[in-house]
Amino acid sequence: MKALVAKVAAASFVIFARAITAVRAIWPEEGLPARPCVYFANHSSHGDFVLVWAVLPPRLRHRTRPVAGAEYWLKSRTNTFIGRDVFNAVLIEREREKRTHDPVALMVSAIDAGSSLIVFPEGTRNQTEERLLPFKSGIFHLVDQRPEVDLVPVWINNLNRVMPKGEIVPIPLICTVTFGNALRFAPGEDKQAFLERMRAALLALAPKPAGSGE
Amino acid sequence: MTAASSDLVTLVLGIFGVLIVASTVGYILERRLATDGPNAAVENLNARIRAWWAMVILIGLAFIAGRVGVLVLFAFCSFAALREFITLIYTRRADHWALASAFFLILPIQYYLLWAEEYGIFSIFIPVYAFLLMPIISVLRGDTERFLLRVAEVQWALMICVFCVSHVPALLTLDIPGYEGRNVLLIAFLVIVVQLSDVLQYVWGKLFGRTKIAPKLSPSKTVEGFVGGIVSATLIGAALWWITPFTPLQAGIMSFIITLMGFLGGLVMSAIKRDRGVKDWGHLIEGHGGLIDRLDSVVFSAPIFFHIVRYWWSLS
Repeated sequence: MKALVAKVAAASFVIFARAITAVRAIWPEEGLPARPCVYFANHSSHGDFVLVWAVLPPRLRHRTRPVAGAEYWLKSRTNTFIGRDVFNAVLIEREREKRTHDPVALMVSAIDAGSSLIVFPEGTRNQTEERLLPFKSGIFHLVDQRPEVDLVPVWINNLNRVMPKGEIVPIPLICTVTFGNALRFAPGEDKQAFLERMRAALLALAPKPAGSGE
Repeated sequence: MTAASSDLVTLVLGIFGVLIVASTVGYILERRLATDGPNAAVENLNARIRAWWAMVILIGLAFIAGRVGVLVLFAFCSFAALREFITLIYTRRADHWALASAFFLILPIQYYLLWAEEYGIFSIFIPVYAFLLMPIISVLRGDTERFLLRVAEVQWALMICVFCVSHVPALLTLDIPGYEGRNVLLIAFLVIVVQLSDVLQYVWGKLFGRTKIAPKLSPSKTVEGFVGGIVSATLIGAALWWITPFTPLQAGIMSFIITLMGFLGGLVMSAIKRDRGVKDWGHLIEGHGGLIDRLDSVVFSAPIFFHIVRYWWSLS
């Protein structure tokens, strides 16, 4: 019963997201990797992973799990139901001192089990004027353990304007989700260099700001 | 069968005939020209023709569903157009509630007023009430950064996408002696003449276009396309007098006015696209771009057409 409700809820989230944002995916020339991979995206809204999830082809969507903060998604029963049952999120604890599980180990085991992941390497929602915050190192520790995994940059455009932090009513605006060609960890690559390379690859997908008045 | 519905059937059969010819021509062109790889222009043409089929069928279904169907269809057009427009304008977080009320308050109220046939308030609701209300909602957050620009752009979006678009279904509310029950044909007349004018300008331009008419605004528009398109659409409009309350001469004059407004509206909307640095308003209709790309000429002609008919033909 719970599983059925979760299925219906997932479908309604996708329909709602599409109705509000008329979201359009822009695919990479090489196509998406068929094997489990890590989609890493810019983060500015709670709806980010819903949008990535909504545009993925169903066969890939079903095995794709967002990585999200446990503190938020276990806060209430509704949040837990949405996070755990509807989107099957990999919930990680962000506060280092209170951790009971190692986030990287959780992500690695999800990949080993055949899932793809959606991660937001900025670590938190970007509320600044900067287009993209510096990356946290979690993604590096992940590929350090699983260097063969494909990393797909995903730029989510405009969703921050649809539903800025603290607002409850979404504004219908057209969003695009741009997928880049898959990248790999280069053996022996330095952590900082790797994170910078990933960040640059993601920024390269960002369209010139439309409607920013510039 | 009533006179209105038999005229409508004749009209729909005629349009289907035109589309069948267009599809056939598109198919032949594809077979002829695609021998050495796909031809982008022909592919776009065929995508456009397919989209025309979908649009004609959609409008036809709305007509069959009656007044509510037409209102729902154009309310959806307003919604999608407003979404495209606001996507391209400069907004700040302080505008959030103003934008939310544009979509979820002002748009539904405008169409409700049409449904309730409250012409007095319908015609001033956006130019007066929304005009004053929107900057008030925005100002309450205290963000003055480019304030005038922000409120002006939102008002423009509402005027174009909701106010002007709603004047197409508003034709249903007119009370024209001797034309009772046939108002839906006025919508058909407006949409057919304006859209045909767009198509014919495109065709004349492709065939004979030499001189660019507004190179800075729209590199594809030519003098030859403009003259050929307007003249031929005006003649077709005059020939469609039997679905209107007009005489053939009046139908021709009306067609001339709305095709001219449509052309100029296209230029204005192109200028906005240029300013925003985009080629199309969106991607809703394959081959055409966004909904506003298809609707721009109707937007500019609908209110003028509505008021001319209301002033000289209607009782209310």
